[in-house]
Amino acid sequence: MKLPWKKLPEQIRRLAVVSLFLVVLPFIVRSILVPSDFGKYGHYRASAVDEIIAMEIKYAGHQVCYDCHDEEVESKQAGVHKNVSCEICHGPAAAHSEDDEIELIAPRDRDSCPLCHEYLSSRPTGFPQIVSDSHEPMKACISCHDPHNPKSEKSTECEACHTEIANTKSLSKHVNIACKECHETPDAHKTQPRMFLPGKPVNREFCGRCHAETAPSDKDIPRIEMETHEEAYVCWQCHYPHLPEAE
Amino acid sequence: MKKNLPNKSQNVNRRKFIKNLVLAVTAFSVPAVLTAKEQLKRMQSWILGKDYNPFDHYWGMGIDINKCIGCGRCADACKQENDVPSEPFFFRTWVERYRIFHDGEVRVDSPNGAVDGFKKQNIEKGKVTIRSFFVPKICNHCDNPPCVQVCPVGATFITPDGVVLVDSDYCIGCRYCIQACPYGARYIDPIKKTAEKCTFCYHRVVQGLVPACVEVCPTQARVFGEVKKKASPLVRFMRMNKIGVLKPALNTEPKVYYANLDMEVN
Amino acid sequence: MEEIIQHLTPLFKEISGYIYPNEIELHWSLLVVIYPYLTGLVAGAFILASLVKVFNVTALKPVYRISLLTALAFMLVAPLSLLAHLGHPEKSYEILLTPNLTSAMAMFGFVYMWYLMAVLLQEIWFDYRKDLILWAQKERGIKKWLYKCASLFSKDISEKALKFDDKAEKVITILGIPSAFVLHGYVGFIFGSVKANPFWSSVLMPIVFLFSAIVSGIALVLLIYMVVTPLRNKVMDTKCLDTLASFLFYAMIVDFSLEILDFIHRIYESEESIHILSELVAGKLQFSLIVVQLIIGMIIPLALIAGVKMFNTPVELKRLLYFVSALLVQVGIFFTRWNVVIGGQLFSKSFRGLTAYKMNILGIEGLLVSIAILLLPFLILYVLFKFLPPWGETHVTTQPESS
Repeated sequence: MKLPWKKLPEQIRRLAVVSLFLVVLPFIVRSILVPSDFGKYGHYRASAVDEIIAMEIKYAGHQVCYDCHDEEVESKQAGVHKNVSCEICHGPAAAHSEDDEIELIAPRDRDSCPLCHEYLSSRPTGFPQIVSDSHEPMKACISCHDPHNPKSEKSTECEACHTEIANTKSLSKHVNIACKECHETPDAHKTQPRMFLPGKPVNREFCGRCHAETAPSDKDIPRIEMETHEEAYVCWQCHYPHLPEAE
Repeated sequence: MKKNLPNKSQNVNRRKFIKNLVLAVTAFSVPAVLTAKEQLKRMQSWILGKDYNPFDHYWGMGIDINKCIGCGRCADACKQENDVPSEPFFFRTWVERYRIFHDGEVRVDSPNGAVDGFKKQNIEKGKVTIRSFFVPKICNHCDNPPCVQVCPVGATFITPDGVVLVDSDYCIGCRYCIQACPYGARYIDPIKKTAEKCTFCYHRVVQGLVPACVEVCPTQARVFGEVKKKASPLVRFMRMNKIGVLKPALNTEPKVYYANLDMEVN
Repeated sequence: MEEIIQHLTPLFKEISGYIYPNEIELHWSLLVVIYPYLTGLVAGAFILASLVKVFNVTALKPVYRISLLTALAFMLVAPLSLLAHLGHPEKSYEILLTPNLTSAMAMFGFVYMWYLMAVLLQEIWFDYRKDLILWAQKERGIKKWLYKCASLFSKDISEKALKFDDKAEKVITILGIPSAFVLHGYVGFIFGSVKANPFWSSVLMPIVFLFSAIVSGIALVLLIYMVVTPLRNKVMDTKCLDTLASFLFYAMIVDFSLEILDFIHRIYESEESIHILSELVAGKLQFSLIVVQLIIGMIIPLALIAGVKMFNTPVELKRLLYFVSALLVQVGIFFTRWNVVIGGQLFSKSFRGLTAYKMNILGIEGLLVSIAILLLPFLILYVLFKFLPPWGETHVTTQPESS
């Protein structure tokens, strides 16, 4: 009696043995080599997450500082740096919070503050900036400004936020015109600046109040003939109101 | 009938062969069994172990470009917190500066990823800047991550709380994920020779802390939080701002949301 | 670490525009250029062999076995280049054990194994089985046992069994054509499916890869035949050469058309990436793409073969022109791979700048290792030719004509 296996051509039988072996082998190897937690949550090793979360924390977080450094925290909370985390200037503090023998850095030179406060045109308008080359170049920042609660000598009016504009305006004949003369400003703008926006002049006649031929203003103010002077444009398309002298 | 004779002796041969093979396979797999045991020992449930249930969270980040002052503290803190090599070729987060000039030219730079901040304003002769701003960049922890899609072995994955991680023990260093990432967020660790990327500081997040870059941002330009919970600072951020993501046409569904994103950013 | 710094630092000077800071390191280097080049040769040589078995192109009979063994030799070496390029080659088995089913690359192991085990080795085995048995009877000592093992201790050389071999071979070849298409089309897919990279991301990529593979495979077999035959003091079969050159010519026409189509399509669609890609092609890829790939590797050989076809060329000159064309095609196809793999990484994904590639000489990813990997298949081929002589002098007489 012939088995059905024996009925197959000899070549096929031989190849079948080899193929069967090659098909079974990977399954055996797989069951041995694949980590047992592979695929527990998805197509990955679940314990990889354990290894990642076992990493050492270096930045302790600002809450930790508040446990010991009451004085500094209190002063900081009162000022504009209240949201500036301690570790930005003092470096990662997790080790220090465990062992106060490990001292943190306290930058006192002129290199650190300009990281944020050096003038760069890319920085948002209103962010306090200086040109360090001309801003008391011989003095350390902290000799005038308390880093925990820095104060600007200037008023708390518009200039406090819109320093860049204020600085520009200070070079102009317009320096004596109060901001609110042109920008009608709701009080709530101070607390929610983006929700309550100040107004802006909308037409040529606004500038004309001073600069029109017939305006009842000071004689030295430059005049234009409103009807013929570039009548297709509004004034600030050509003249920057905060520094109209600029080319 | 004739054929049977040689077959018999062959059968003996074959049996011998199979026996040897079994022996060889066992010999090869002994070290593998040992490592698998070792891994089992190290394994602990990360849900119970840390009092943190990943299925309860879904993380994302908001970045307000109008608030970024380009101080680069985020890039610096990231390198320190995550032991990223200090060389200027490896970054998990960095800050780009965009300058758009009146003649239409766009200049982008990110010297050393802004780890040392941006130095003084360079004056461009005869150039009029019409817009300029900083853009912090980080892994987008995409909902539809191309890097996870292409990883051949399952060494990079997305956790139940929406964070894309790399298993550096399992990564074979084929670098396909780096090719697949449209944001340049991945690099090969020069020592481990495996892919590395931002983890959203997962080791901090499971302890209730925010990522290091968020912790040190002095202007709160970065907001970290839950994508799906109502009371989350991130959800508030997304409600208050007009939001954009990077390269939306690629359908990667990023979970890093930008407020006040400019058309030139890519 | 030190060497990485030394390697990467000078690259800063060669960058133009803005690139993401992590992009300074070019990740897929020379070894990854070699991989698609080698698999292309495998697929091309196999498809050439299938012309004989499936399409009965009898003129190509002299190169049938040569092309099968060529395919095998290059197939064995192809994964080496990938393995050497991995950060952790010792973990490469994971790709077979826990393949991520959404990953194009994870399919590599299966496509490769399928092609090697189910197609190439079986076809060679069926083709050589009778010879193996005969050689095993003739030889002594180790060689006898090697042949016995290779024939899997098969004995049956009856008329019926041989007919079965022939039929099995035909079935495998028919199965093998789509498999060979998959093998190399799949390599094209690895690149063509990367949506982050507009230079790669194209549905045409697998097809362009495939036809350039056929071109390179035919040219390689032509070269090997033209080198080996005089070395054996035999006369080259001119009809075979002419047919090879014809198929090379047709494949090149298709390949050329596809590449031009891809080019026109990109320019016509003019997507976001067109500016940086134009800058790339006009700048860093100008020499390797336009001069080497297009002119030296495509237009000149096309013109040469067309010339031979049009004019009555003396045999000696014809051989010379075929040889030169096939050689130029090899260079051209190598640079086709180069331009895809390296070229596709020479621009930033910010689309705002160009990166740079500096080839290492030493080291695992260096030039020397790559040259070794390119030469290794020829060594294997030499051994295969010794062990499994493909000349078919005994073969032809007993094999019944299939037409």
